[in-house]
Amino acid sequence: MSDKPETDSAEPLPRRNFFKQTLAVILGGIAALIPATAGLLVFLDPLRRKTESAGAIRVTSLTALPSDGKPYKFPVVASRTDAWNKFPDVPIGAVYLRRTGETKIEALNVVCPHAGCFVDFLPSRDCFLCPCHNSTFALDGTINDPKSPSPRPLDTLTVEIRGQEIYVNFQNFRAGSARKIPAA
Amino acid sequence: MKILFNWLDQRTGYRHITREALLENIPGGSRWRYVWGSTLTFALVIQFITGIALWMAYAPSSQTAWESVYYIQNQMWGGWFLRGLHHFTAQTMNVLLVLHLMQVVIDGAYKAPREVNFWFGVMLLMLVLGLSLTGYLLPWDQKGFWATKVATNIAAITPLIGPGLQQVLIGGADYGHHTLTRFFALHAGVLPGSIVVLLVGHIYLFRRHGITAKQPLKQCDAAFWPDQVLKDAVACLAVLAAVLFLVIRNHGADLGAPADPSQPYSAARPEWYFLFLFQFLKYFPGGTELFGAIIIPSAIMAIIFLMPFLGKWKLGHRFNLGLLWSLIAGVALLTYLAIAEDRRNNDYVVSVQQAEQEALRISELAQAPAGIPATGAVTLLRMDPLTQGPKLFSQHCASCHRYDGHDGMGLVPTNAPQGADLKDLATRSWISGWLDPEKISGPNYFGGTKFKDGKMAKFVKKDVAHFTADEKEQLKKVIAALSAEAGLKSQREVDQRDAALIAEGRVMLSKAPMSCADCHKFHKEDEDATAPDLTGYGSHQWLTGVIRNPAHPKFYGKKNDRMPAYGEDKILDAQSIELLVKWLRGEWYEPSAKVVDGR
Repeated sequence: MSDKPETDSAEPLPRRNFFKQTLAVILGGIAALIPATAGLLVFLDPLRRKTESAGAIRVTSLTALPSDGKPYKFPVVASRTDAWNKFPDVPIGAVYLRRTGETKIEALNVVCPHAGCFVDFLPSRDCFLCPCHNSTFALDGTINDPKSPSPRPLDTLTVEIRGQEIYVNFQNFRAGSARKIPAA
Repeated sequence: MKILFNWLDQRTGYRHITREALLENIPGGSRWRYVWGSTLTFALVIQFITGIALWMAYAPSSQTAWESVYYIQNQMWGGWFLRGLHHFTAQTMNVLLVLHLMQVVIDGAYKAPREVNFWFGVMLLMLVLGLSLTGYLLPWDQKGFWATKVATNIAAITPLIGPGLQQVLIGGADYGHHTLTRFFALHAGVLPGSIVVLLVGHIYLFRRHGITAKQPLKQCDAAFWPDQVLKDAVACLAVLAAVLFLVIRNHGADLGAPADPSQPYSAARPEWYFLFLFQFLKYFPGGTELFGAIIIPSAIMAIIFLMPFLGKWKLGHRFNLGLLWSLIAGVALLTYLAIAEDRRNNDYVVSVQQAEQEALRISELAQAPAGIPATGAVTLLRMDPLTQGPKLFSQHCASCHRYDGHDGMGLVPTNAPQGADLKDLATRSWISGWLDPEKISGPNYFGGTKFKDGKMAKFVKKDVAHFTADEKEQLKKVIAALSAEAGLKSQREVDQRDAALIAEGRVMLSKAPMSCADCHKFHKEDEDATAPDLTGYGSHQWLTGVIRNPAHPKFYGKKNDRMPAYGEDKILDAQSIELLVKWLRGEWYEPSAKVVDGR
């Protein structure tokens, strides 16, 4: 067998033919290395994959967003590539939109920056609560309780208003980090 | 470091085990003829490594199996190489198994007290064949699908349990998701697991009884390490080199078009190492296939199992050897016959070519910007005019019409054409043929129809034949104008370039000496029209209308010559007519830069 452990056991074994032993280890090593490398490459292939930047996506229209200053959740619909499949117009995430003025809108990604759960808006307490580890956030997304496990506020997204339509530059960010780093 | 190893040794005794493993005595020293078992173990290790890596990217279901394999093959880092390695090592293993078996029998290593180990070996051989059979289906391409379907149908003829066995094997009444999940569980779980168990037993028993040295001994006894290990390593490397050669030469393993249960595949053949069984079955007439598929193979396996007992006598040993050599010769002969028969069979050759074209085509479609839909890649082919058009044409149109002289699929029907050749339909060159006195009554146009000597043919042969040079120039413009009615993709640029000329031709079309409008309708209401409407001639709508009902007053009316109303009479559904129309008009997806063979 070519794939037996050699180096450890070589010591108590008689070193009768150093040349043959070395050659056997090298040849056996090469033989094992080639399939192992081929397997490893495919195994590590996911490292090459990046999320496509969706750019500005139309989320809703101004008339659909009440002007009571409360956040409202809207799905973000765009095309999505999942390995070999391409899906046109599927939900790829969601945002909370909140009117802060006649044509001023704030957008927050609904994903909690702590571990990636979707946060809920609690109208009774006027704040966001993450159902997983109880992080709470104020209406503008800032952490409103120092004991919150979340390392940073909810992620804000840039909003563009084109005519009567609301567009959001939708993006996900890496969870668990104090800084806002775009997800791969 | 030494302290650490001592600590480990006290707790595991690994030094003893390694010494046992490596210092096994080989009577007469190391020899090349002992390498086969090790090469097989090595091949199995490759299969485990590459198989697990493939597993990480494979999705067993009828909408994702082909797609995930396609993705491995074309999109993942070295995926084609990994898959090729797995595929060709599997093929090589079958050869190594035969070599190992022959070496064992020739050297008499199967005789007492090694009977049980021999049986372990034969069972391992069958399990490896089982891996080949189950693995062939997993890419879910046409070839694997139809070949495996044959194999499982054969399983169904087993007396008593056959139908049940088949249903359990394929996970239901028909092929589908559960066929894949089951075959995959067998391929990646049950069979390799059993192989590991049997292999441990095989190696244990081998060590227990020691190597059967080939007599006479040529050298002094030696230990397994390093002499035999070196020979084994060289042999393993040689096996790997052979596999690498195959992988690189073929650029990995083939991937045919995705399986489509609605598209029978006459190029389906089992892998080459099962071809002999496939050929063998041809010799058993209906009702006796049980003998060819089950009774005879089982009897041979039973004799092989009994070999250690037969081998007790010198004559028995010779019988065993003779049997194995005859089996090898028989398998070789049957394999040769199967290949030779296929080579001579033109239908098979055409099917293989068509399968290769479909494999290329699906690769183009899968790489198109729209990608693969969630319904699977087979949808891409089903909705592709270039793939479906020729099939529909050959089935429904080629009994009368031709496409470039053949039936759309490349076969030339034996009967004479009874309708026009529809290649390049409505193009300028095609219409020029209609208006050529030499051609109109020829086999490519009206030759096989009742219009052979009709009004149109007479007009072309009498009037057009005597056109002056100036009139011939006018005719060219009329042809351009009529062809532009079709709005063909292939003529888009020419039509744009010749817009002025086409406008002229359109006016000339109705006037003398062309006088088309005397019989045909053209962009105007004309109740006296007796021939097909030339408005939008050859366009998508026009062609759909003709195929739907050629006897409609707009087309041939009562004069229609034998052509069925494919739409009105529900011979073809709307989608099939659409595909046919698009194909005839040359409308299908083409990659902007020619896609390199996806394999």
